[in-house]
Amino acid sequence: MSALTTSKAVYTGPIVEARRIVRSFSVSRGLFKRARTLRAVDGVNLSIRPGEVVALVGESGSGKTTLARMLLGLLPPSSGEIRIGGQASATLARRQIAALVQPVFQDPYSSLNPRKSIGSIIALPLRAQQDEEPATWRSRVEEMMDRVGLARRLYDNFPSQLSGGQRQRVAIARALINQPRLVICDEPTSALDVSVQSQILNLLEDLRRDMGLTYLLISHNLAVVEHMATRVAVMYLGRIVEEAETAALFHAPKHPYSQALLQSVLTPEPGLGVPDTQLGAAYPDPLAIPSGCRFHPRCVRVMPRCRTEVPPPVGMSTAMVECHLYDTPFQPKAPA
Amino acid sequence: MSDRVLTVEDLKVSLPVPAGKLRAVQGVSFHVDRGETLCIVGESGCGKTLTALAVMDLLPSKARRLATRLELEGKELSDIGERAIADIRGNRMAMIFQEPMTSLNPAYTIGNQLEEALLRHRRIGRKQARERALYLLDRVGIPSAEIRLKQYPHQLSGGLRQRVMIAMALMCGPALILADEPTTALDVTIQAQILHLLAELQREFAMGLVLITHDLGIVARIATRVAVMYAGQIVETGTAEAIFSAPAHPYTCGLLACIPVPGKTQRGHKLGTIPGMVPSLIGDKHGCRFAGRCPFVIAACGESEVLLEAGGGPGQLVRCIRHTEIAGLTARSPEAVAL
Repeated sequence: MSALTTSKAVYTGPIVEARRIVRSFSVSRGLFKRARTLRAVDGVNLSIRPGEVVALVGESGSGKTTLARMLLGLLPPSSGEIRIGGQASATLARRQIAALVQPVFQDPYSSLNPRKSIGSIIALPLRAQQDEEPATWRSRVEEMMDRVGLARRLYDNFPSQLSGGQRQRVAIARALINQPRLVICDEPTSALDVSVQSQILNLLEDLRRDMGLTYLLISHNLAVVEHMATRVAVMYLGRIVEEAETAALFHAPKHPYSQALLQSVLTPEPGLGVPDTQLGAAYPDPLAIPSGCRFHPRCVRVMPRCRTEVPPPVGMSTAMVECHLYDTPFQPKAPA
Repeated sequence: MSDRVLTVEDLKVSLPVPAGKLRAVQGVSFHVDRGETLCIVGESGCGKTLTALAVMDLLPSKARRLATRLELEGKELSDIGERAIADIRGNRMAMIFQEPMTSLNPAYTIGNQLEEALLRHRRIGRKQARERALYLLDRVGIPSAEIRLKQYPHQLSGGLRQRVMIAMALMCGPALILADEPTTALDVTIQAQILHLLAELQREFAMGLVLITHDLGIVARIATRVAVMYAGQIVETGTAEAIFSAPAHPYTCGLLACIPVPGKTQRGHKLGTIPGMVPSLIGDKHGCRFAGRCPFVIAACGESEVLLEAGGGPGQLVRCIRHTEIAGLTARSPEAVAL
């Protein structure tokens, strides 16, 4: 434990660094057919520095959750390397990763054990990390409950007695009790009503500022992403196709897919109507990834070479895009 | 008045629960004209889905429905029998549900399910029914429709299934479509496509559309008129323009303040919230249902039933005794009434 605590204090580089990670699954197609390979994450580079809020956006099946599970150490990558707190995650024990990276999941109804009290749910990470001062657990849990806006009297209650918003506060308290470096929020407000959603978003922002947290925010709600994130990575069929500072991406998205995504955001402005994204009815199937640029069957600006050549990543250190439209005018990113 | 497709007056729905009677819908009135989209918006438990199910006569068997008027194309529906309503349902009015996976039958092909409604309601042969199905699948943007007709629901993606649901609702050329959260289970890009399609078809076939949603973005972009529901009642209704630019009910103001708007809400700034919880709908209630959470509450709010009355802009109705003051505030700046 002590070695890890020191490394926490000294290390100042990226909290998480993923280098060309791939994760494939074998999908059965019935008794007599050969299983097919589904590449859920297909060569992703991502680095998260302290204090950032990095958002991961993309459609279902784009690999967002698989990537998150790998960063949490719940799933080993098929190839490539993940470094957490400067150390290769393959060399770290589950428990060591859990001390640094904690999740908050989408559905607060299924992510809390219905048979455990609120107090014991929040204290679980302390127990799992074999915290040395069990005498202080109760008071630390209660302090955390204050912080996330849960009344202390709920300590002995059960999840079924709580509303959706309160349950999500429990999940946040559990994630933060051990003071992790990175919190991965996977669709933290998608299951909640709008009035509760805004409370949880405000809470996450307050906690980040007060506790110096770093978030990886996975969301399909781009309005939420724009409000919370400092940097955005757009995923499409297992790859990050564009990465940029939030303001830059929302102001001038480069990849045609990012453009379609942003166009699809329905802001509450009457009179604008529903936009025509011109994406067509083709749908992204991770079992049959198109040749060349994987977005080409849906792209309005498709060119002949998009069908055959995989676009290389181009861009500077703060922005990256994988699209043939930008092949020439950009300096290629320094090879990793 | 021949343009009027649906008239609902004083609709009430109650459900028996162990603790008493749950008054899920408490006197809701609205109407929809041809070519018009009415959005019913509200949070979970406000009674919006039960309102739609009550119109379709698809309520759970224990629920009780009462209405002074429930007219579809001038025909009263509240007192006609099972058989008569079955002749109208799927024919003159059709419903699109939230989850296309659970509302399509997994054991029948897409083609079978599409043709079923037409064969039930029209005296036509299989061949003509198939032609209509092909035409509509093509119309809702499903490529290679002939192959799709022979496939089963599990072979289609979520977006395609919802397109099939829309085609199915259109089979008999209904006058009214009720869509309950039709895009909630879909990705944003697919959501935009489906809503775009729905709006286009509704204009083309001059149907009345009732769209139920919790998403204010969808409401703003697609609604002609909006009805905001809270705790079983409509608390505010009016044109989309009026509701978004000068809301006159504190709950509507609260909802609008809760959502971040790209380019408008500043990053890192606090979003508005609505403190407290939705009141229980069990038993009789008096006074304003929102009083317990309202920043504008005064003693008079709890005294007697608050009625829906003209307020805000032209054609707008509000259920709040202080609506004149609030409309005055929001007309100057919609953000003025941050809760």
